[in-house]
Amino acid sequence: MTESNAVRFDHVSKRFGALTVLDDVSFDIPKGSAFCLLGRSGTGKSVTLRHIIGLVQPDSGKVFVEERDITTLSPPALGEARTHMGFLFQNAALFDSMSVGENVAFPMRRHTKLSDADIRTRALKKLADVGLGGDYDKMPGDLSGGMKKRAGLARAMALDPAILLVDEPSAGLDPITAREIDDLLVQTKQAGATLVVVTHNIPSARVIGDDFAVLHEGHLLVHGPVAALDASQEPLVQAFMRSEGGG
Amino acid sequence: MPNLALVDRVGAGVLGLFESVGALASFGARAIVEAFRPPYEVREIARHVYQFGYRSAPLILTAGAAIGVVLSMHTRASLERFGAEAMIPAGLAIALIRETGPLTAGLLVSGRVGSGIGAEIGAMKVTEQIDALEANAVDSFKYLAVTRIIALMIAMPILTLMMDFSGILGGYLAEYAVSGMSWHLYFERAFTYITYSDLIPATLKTVVFGYLIAVAASYLGFAASRGTEGVGEAATRSVVMGSMLIILSDVVLVKLIFFFYPAVSG
Repeated sequence: MTESNAVRFDHVSKRFGALTVLDDVSFDIPKGSAFCLLGRSGTGKSVTLRHIIGLVQPDSGKVFVEERDITTLSPPALGEARTHMGFLFQNAALFDSMSVGENVAFPMRRHTKLSDADIRTRALKKLADVGLGGDYDKMPGDLSGGMKKRAGLARAMALDPAILLVDEPSAGLDPITAREIDDLLVQTKQAGATLVVVTHNIPSARVIGDDFAVLHEGHLLVHGPVAALDASQEPLVQAFMRSEGGG
Repeated sequence: MPNLALVDRVGAGVLGLFESVGALASFGARAIVEAFRPPYEVREIARHVYQFGYRSAPLILTAGAAIGVVLSMHTRASLERFGAEAMIPAGLAIALIRETGPLTAGLLVSGRVGSGIGAEIGAMKVTEQIDALEANAVDSFKYLAVTRIIALMIAMPILTLMMDFSGILGGYLAEYAVSGMSWHLYFERAFTYITYSDLIPATLKTVVFGYLIAVAASYLGFAASRGTEGVGEAATRSVVMGSMLIILSDVVLVKLIFFFYPAVSG
């Protein structure tokens, strides 16, 4: 692994029972780039993200994050590594016992020594970035699906992570909000963060991504810049790249 | 070979039972170890003590008073036969403080708090909130399970004392309604035969009840799956398992109390 890689999958395989989700998958994600992982539902894209943050362990192979093999880290070291990453879950996974603002403030309360006032100010800023500036005190149950998604993104970005893992950022969002989220992700990348984005939304991926891969039946069908995917003769890749649907 | 199939099924059931008991014991042991490791999550523990303790207080006080009234009526019916009505306050206080109060408080808390813990953690599991905690570099076991276990171990003795107090108060009201006994005389008679060896071990054993209720409920919450159905199942099984563990452990704890405090068994 070179120092310019933020993430590296090295011959990773993962099975759930009889189902092989990842079969000897290898790829690198350079630091400061945006990697978009495409594929049909249930092909293991979210599982790939979970490997990066150590929520899932591979059956074989290694996952390097910022030069450290995440699969062999001790719990404290894994915890420290996770503070460099932000994760937007597919269903946002907001803590429903806390207000939206407290959800965003939570990582800062846990991992910084900022004062309560500073944390609140920063959480408000993060919420404003995703268009939820006035929703600090609302409870997650009071939000629509799209608003939850945006709040989840604000929480994922709370610590300004070096690596942002995003699972379906535009799912359930109207086109205008989806475009705003895309712009925010591009700004985050331009600020130096590495993005790993799982999406079905090809127009969105074209805006965000530098590097693309299509996962199918445990393998990467194709991996490269958007031109490589556009030129691919794989029917599935062609079908994906020609689709304009969101979501 | 139907008999072999039956043996297979029974064997699988027994193995499954041992596996579950082993996993539960391992979960409980891990909680004890983690409780002594930083971070100590004092804020979360305090929040849960408030949730489990303060919010259970109305139920405990009401149930305690009702049990005190019922116990008083039964005690009167029994002791009247021997002309020993004067012993009603003492009989009721001993019964409440030694056994009825702790056990009833444990069962009520198992129903109210145990189901809540099982459902809350179960819901967090199936909605990926536990994964979100881990992704935010928070030890979910410590943050969710250990804090609740410690909080319930703190809240249980307090709730038990509340139940004892409200039970004796309920007993007094029942006695006053029948005989017009004065408050002063009732409490003097009630506490004449009560010693610290009656009160302290019986109250402190509820620390164990709190531990068992919270361990069982947290374990089942973490094991929840299959969406809302799994959450409901975790809540229900938390009550059943917590109540069963309380009753079974009570047998052992009473024996231990008799061993260490022989005066109590006399």
